Amino acid sequence: MIDKIMLQMFHIRQVFPGVIALDDVDFDLQRGEVHILLGENGAGKSTLIKILSGAYQKTSGLIKLEGVEIDIKNPRHAQTLGISTIYQEFNLVPHLNVYENIFLGREPVSIPGVTNRGEMIRKAEEILDDLGVAIDVHAPVRTLGVAQKQMVEVAKALSMDAKILIMDEPTSTLTDREIQDLFSMIRRLKKKGVSIIFISHRLEEAYDIGDRVTVLRDGRHIGTCDMDQIQKTDLIKMMVNRELKEQYPRIRMQAGEEILRVENVNKKGILKDITFSLHRGEILGITGLMGAGRTELARILFGVDQFDNGQFVFKGKMITIQSPRKAINLGIGFLTEDRKSQGLILKQSLQENICLPSIERFSRWGMMDVQKENLITERYIKELKIKTTGSRQKVKYLSGGNQQKVVMGKWLATQADIFIFDEPTRGIDVGSKVEIYQWMNRLTKNGSGLIMMSSEMPEILGMSDRILVMRHGHIAGEFLPDESAQETILQCALGVKNE
Amino acid sequence: MNKQIKNFLIHHGRQFGTLIGLFVLIVVLWIFSPFFLTFSNLLNVAQQTSINAIIAVGMTFVIISAGIDLSVGSIVALAGVVLASTLHRGVPLPFAIMMGLGVGFLCGLVNGILITQGRLPPFISTLGMMSVARGTALLFTQGRPISGFSADFRFLATGEILRIPMPVVMMIMIYIVAHFVLKSTKLGRYTYAIGGNEEAAILSGVNVKFYKTIVYGICGLFSGTAAVLLSARLNSAQPIAGMMYELDAIAAVVIGGSSLMGGEGTVIGTLIGAFIMGVLRNGLNLLGISSFIQQIIIGSVIIVAVLVDMALKKHQTS
Repeated sequence: MIDKIMLQMFHIRQVFPGVIALDDVDFDLQRGEVHILLGENGAGKSTLIKILSGAYQKTSGLIKLEGVEIDIKNPRHAQTLGISTIYQEFNLVPHLNVYENIFLGREPVSIPGVTNRGEMIRKAEEILDDLGVAIDVHAPVRTLGVAQKQMVEVAKALSMDAKILIMDEPTSTLTDREIQDLFSMIRRLKKKGVSIIFISHRLEEAYDIGDRVTVLRDGRHIGTCDMDQIQKTDLIKMMVNRELKEQYPRIRMQAGEEILRVENVNKKGILKDITFSLHRGEILGITGLMGAGRTELARILFGVDQFDNGQFVFKGKMITIQSPRKAINLGIGFLTEDRKSQGLILKQSLQENICLPSIERFSRWGMMDVQKENLITERYIKELKIKTTGSRQKVKYLSGGNQQKVVMGKWLATQADIFIFDEPTRGIDVGSKVEIYQWMNRLTKNGSGLIMMSSEMPEILGMSDRILVMRHGHIAGEFLPDESAQETILQCALGVKNE
Repeated sequence: MNKQIKNFLIHHGRQFGTLIGLFVLIVVLWIFSPFFLTFSNLLNVAQQTSINAIIAVGMTFVIISAGIDLSVGSIVALAGVVLASTLHRGVPLPFAIMMGLGVGFLCGLVNGILITQGRLPPFISTLGMMSVARGTALLFTQGRPISGFSADFRFLATGEILRIPMPVVMMIMIYIVAHFVLKSTKLGRYTYAIGGNEEAAILSGVNVKFYKTIVYGICGLFSGTAAVLLSARLNSAQPIAGMMYELDAIAAVVIGGSSLMGGEGTVIGTLIGAFIMGVLRNGLNLLGISSFIQQIIIGSVIIVAVLVDMALKKHQTS
């Protein structure tokens, strides 16, 4: 029985100046198990895995690996102990090819100083074969997709004889099909006795792949149990300690007049004959696989990218949208998919971020009205319940959910009529998610029209009033949100014919 | 109350660090050379620092926008010789000065256009401009200096207001305006936004190409300003003037706490940075330390300043 236990952590405590990130947390991992780590942003998941990966030194507590007490000194040390971590941001060198990346820093040598290419290639192919993935080991990593890069990371970990694999939200940027591939690979690893710590915000996945689950909240261990013995609603309760009435609190209402009509928009090789309309008070969900053209469509609607032909009718008038400035002035807001690289200026304060798109309202003759800015910022901090030390705090110090609320505030401040949300809740905690959904309700109630691009099916079904499915740059189908539609929507997105 | 002080220190601690560095430097030099801390020598330091400090203002804008400008020294030379020859042709003083400033601004705009429209990295386009402007200045003058100006013009460098030399007065005025522009205008806000995250700035409706071009134009304009002061001080405009000025300006900005990654920095920091360099040069001269050793010391100070800066920033985040 002892043999089954891979890793034990007792009374782990991690203190940062002014914050207790982890308080008396116990955790254990068995051989060949997938252990899901759940918790809202800021619950302590990242801290826990950073202790295991050697990035942080625990303040106190005890860690045993296969029954032996260990002290993980640094990331390199963790790897030699057999603990490998795959972060959301990959540690790969884009210009090197697959096998060079797998063995980076540990290249087998023939003569000292000369790498043994043949050996590297052979071993790399062996590992990838073992994982059941087909990737050309000679391909430069930059030419690979996200899912393939992830596989290369896993291969790299296995080349170091990883016994424990930590995956930090590995599915957040994958399409459904890629997730299935990842899961089948994880099942192979389990059979080989590799233990996996899997962090995710998606409960559906947890049930799909997990054996056991541990929930953290506010740096404390709330509970650990077998996946098949706990209900989803109970898990949510453990995570947030408040009963969420509904995960998707959409209040549907009668759609109003048409506010935007998109007619026959084409862009060679990317979009084909896109036609749809959006009404006041409506959430139009647009889904599809990655690369189906959702983000590209959003960027054209917002004047970022050019297109070949097609037209827009906005409030009954033909318009052109040449630039984001023009789009903002017309009353269109675009909440981009990636808040860190596109949505926010991390080095700047909440105030500077929130006021940036609507800067014209806060300036006269090029001079800023800081007082007015401050007023608006304080208002959105309060209304959106952003947890911050104040309007002058830099947004990089906020948690993911709070950062997303800043993005929200930034566009609310423009008082737009149309909001385009691209993956509005990716990678944020359940509590913040619901708050953002409630804001969507409020916006539609006030007569705005919302376009929500999302690859999360429950979100699309739960929040949309109408659903468009995109595939290969065109609109493949339109559906009403209905539990039973899930399957047909997925088939439509995948292009599978239903006989 | 305590929290307020703490917040203030967290937000401004970086500048206090440099300021403390400057004071330590002054005290050390004062101990070694009592003459250092006399009013006339301090004015002397301020006057010597003013030209680098003015160029460094423009450089601060550029570096905050996540760019770099290597051409400032050459622009000083080109603007200087154009100004001088205009003066020698009997053009009224204000117009001649406007010519000098205009040449600087124009060179900066060309840099900006090459970067935004030509999509060149700032390093490359300003490296090119560095050579082009220098060559043009040499060609224009056949390599010879243009010397001898009217007293009116020389007043810009030799005159005093309340015993403070004109270049110092101008430097102070420029810093007040530049500080205001960065902190309280749309242009300033956009400069930080572009440097902080260009993509996010574009998606927030900022006309990045336009404002970036303006930022390089401003940098050129300040180089032109420096050219006016330098020519007036030397009573001569030389096509080989301003050599290595770009490095002094970049050093002042970096010592002052701006990140070469863009998005952060202040002109106050730059001013302190420029003064650290100026005080060091002056003090080392007073102590009779050879210019060879001076270079080693100044280089080391730049490196240490940035190392300390990085350590402080790391401390802030954790």
